[in-house]
Amino acid sequence: MSDLLLERSADGGVLRLAGEGAWVAENASALENAISAFAARHPAVRRVDIDMRGVEQLDTFGAWLLERLTRSFSSRGSDTQIVGLKDDYRALVDEIHAVRPVQTPTQRENIVARSLASVGRGIAAIGGTFIAGMNLLGAISLALTRVVVKPRTFRFAAMVHQLDNVGWRAVPIIVLITFLIGCIIAQQGVFHFRKFGADLYTVDMVGILVLREIGVLIVAVMVAGRSGSAYTAELGAMKMREEIDALRTMGFDPVEILILPRIIALLIAVPILTFLGSLAALYGGGLVCWLYGGIDPDIYIQRLKEAISIDTFRVGMIKAPFMALVIGVVACVEGLAVKGSSESLGLQTTASVVESIFLVIVLDGLFAIFFASIGM
Amino acid sequence: MGGSNGKEVVIEVRDLIVGFGRHVVLDHVNLDVYRGEILGFVGGSGAGKSVLMRTIIGLLPRRAGTIKIFGVDLAAASYSQRRSVERRWGVLFQQGALFSSLTVRDNLQFPIRENLQLSQSLLDELVIAKLEMVGLDASVLMKYPSELSGGMTKRVALARALALDPEIVFLDEPTSGLDPIGAGDFDSLIATLQRTLGLTVFMVTHDLDSLHTVCDRIAVLADHKVIATGTMETMLASTHPWLRAYFHGKRSRVAQPESARMTEQKNVP
Repeated sequence: MSDLLLERSADGGVLRLAGEGAWVAENASALENAISAFAARHPAVRRVDIDMRGVEQLDTFGAWLLERLTRSFSSRGSDTQIVGLKDDYRALVDEIHAVRPVQTPTQRENIVARSLASVGRGIAAIGGTFIAGMNLLGAISLALTRVVVKPRTFRFAAMVHQLDNVGWRAVPIIVLITFLIGCIIAQQGVFHFRKFGADLYTVDMVGILVLREIGVLIVAVMVAGRSGSAYTAELGAMKMREEIDALRTMGFDPVEILILPRIIALLIAVPILTFLGSLAALYGGGLVCWLYGGIDPDIYIQRLKEAISIDTFRVGMIKAPFMALVIGVVACVEGLAVKGSSESLGLQTTASVVESIFLVIVLDGLFAIFFASIGM
Repeated sequence: MGGSNGKEVVIEVRDLIVGFGRHVVLDHVNLDVYRGEILGFVGGSGAGKSVLMRTIIGLLPRRAGTIKIFGVDLAAASYSQRRSVERRWGVLFQQGALFSSLTVRDNLQFPIRENLQLSQSLLDELVIAKLEMVGLDASVLMKYPSELSGGMTKRVALARALALDPEIVFLDEPTSGLDPIGAGDFDSLIATLQRTLGLTVFMVTHDLDSLHTVCDRIAVLADHKVIATGTMETMLASTHPWLRAYFHGKRSRVAQPESARMTEQKNVP
C-alpha cells in the first residue's frame, strides 16, 4: 500500500481519507492502485471526506485521480467532500471536475466479419486503383493530344531532367545486373547441357531467353523499383504539401506538367535500357561460355547468329514501351492517392512497386500468348 | 526591467551567439524568463525568434554563451540530467508537428506512455481530460492529424505539449493561421491553462492582440540582440525606432489606448 493516500477512520458509514505527498505524474501509477483498492474495500459508505492538506504537489494526473476517486464513490451514492485543498490547486481541480465522463470507444467486432470486411475493402481498393489508372491514362492521352496540337506547351526541360534520372543514371546498375543475369544463365546452361554433350545449345538458350524475356523483364523490374517508387514518393510528397492543388488553382494541369514528362521519359528510357541490358546479358553469357564452358567467342557469335532472328530481338523491344507505360501509370496513380500522413506515403510507395512488378509480369505473360499465336 | 523583483529565473540566456556559416543570427543575446510568467517574444520576420527558441530547447547548436534551464546548463549536463529537464518542458511547434501516422489519442498518449507506467484506462481518461482542457472533446480521439482543421491541430498540439504537465511551455506562433476569434480563444485558453497549471510560457508571436491581452512581459529581438524587455506600457513608451514602428504602426491600433482608437475610427468614414 502506498503512503500517498491514507485511511484515517471508517466508522458510522463515514470514510475519512487523507492525501499525502506529491500527487504528480511519477506517482500516478501507485496512486491509481491505492484509489481502486479503497474503492473496492469500502463498497458502501454514506460519506467520504478527503483531506488534501498533506498534498504538497498536484498536477493534472493527481487532479484527475482525485476526480476519479470522488466519482467512483459518488457513482455509488456516497457524498464526497474535499477539504484542505490549497488555493493554488483549486482552479485545476475545478477544471478537471468539469470534464464530462465519456466512454472511450472500444471497438469489438466479430473477427469473421472483420476479416471479410477487409477482403471486401481490398477488392474495392483494387477496383478503385484500376479505375484511377484508366482515368489517368485518359488524362494522359488528353494531355498528349493537347501537346501534339501545341508542341510548345510540352515541358521539354522537365522531360529531359526525368530522362536523366530514370535513364542515364540507371545505366550502370541496369548493365551490371543484366550482365550478372547473363553470366548465371550461361553458367547453368553449360553445367546442365554438358551432361549430354549439348554445350553449344547454351548459346541458343542465352540468346533467346535474354532477348525475348529476361532482358526486358529484369529492366522493367529494376525500373519499377528504382524510378516507379521515386515517382510515387515525389508526387505523394507534392500531394501532401498541396503543391498539386496549387498548380491546379494557377490554371495548370498537373497531368500535363508533372505526369506527362515523367511517362514520356520512361517510354524513352525503358527501351534504351532494355537494349543496353540485353547487350550486357549477351556479353556476360558469352564471357561465361568462353571461360567456364570453353566455347570460343567466335563460335559463340556464330552460333548466336544461327539461333536468333531479328524477330527474337523485336519481341523483347516491342514489350519495353508497354512495360514503361504500366510502371509510369501505376506509379503516378499511387502517388496521387497519397493522403495526409507519412504512413500513407510509405504505403502507396510500397503498393506502387508491388503492383507495377506484378502487372509487368502479367503483361509479359499476355505478350507471350500473343506472340505465340501470331507466330513470332 | 519589469517583473524582476526577486522571482525565480527558470530560463537564463547569457551572451548567446548562434550563427549559420558566416551569418550571425544571434549576437550576445541575454534573456531571463521568470517562473509563472507569460513572456511574449517578438521581432521582425527572419530576426531569429524561432532560432532562439530552437537553441534554448537544444535543437540548434550555439557558438558561445550559456543557457540555463532550471539552473541546469544543458550543454554541460549529463544524459539523465538532460532527459529530466526535457521532461519538464513542452513545445508547441508552429505547424503542430503531430505524428501524422498516429491518431489524436495515440499522439497524446505517446509521451506519457514513454515516460510513465500507467494503466490503459487511466491513459484514456487522462487524454480526454487533457483534450477538454484545451477545449476539444472525445469526438476527435480517433481522428488522424490530417483530418483536423488548423485550429484543432493547434489545440491537439498544445494538449500534447502539456501531456506530461510541464513547467515551461514553448509556443512558436501559436495563433498564426487562426482567425481572430479562434486566436482570441486560443489566447484565453493559454492564459487559463497558465493560471490553473502554474505554467511558465515562452511565446514567440506576431499577434499584437496576444501580446496585449495575455503576455505579462514582452521581449523584443532586433539587430541580433534582445533590445528591450518589459510590459506593454514600457514598449509603448519606448522611443526606439523599431519598437515605435512595431507597436505604433498601422496594424497596432488594438494596442493603443481606447480613446485614441475611438477618435481614429470616427475619422474613417
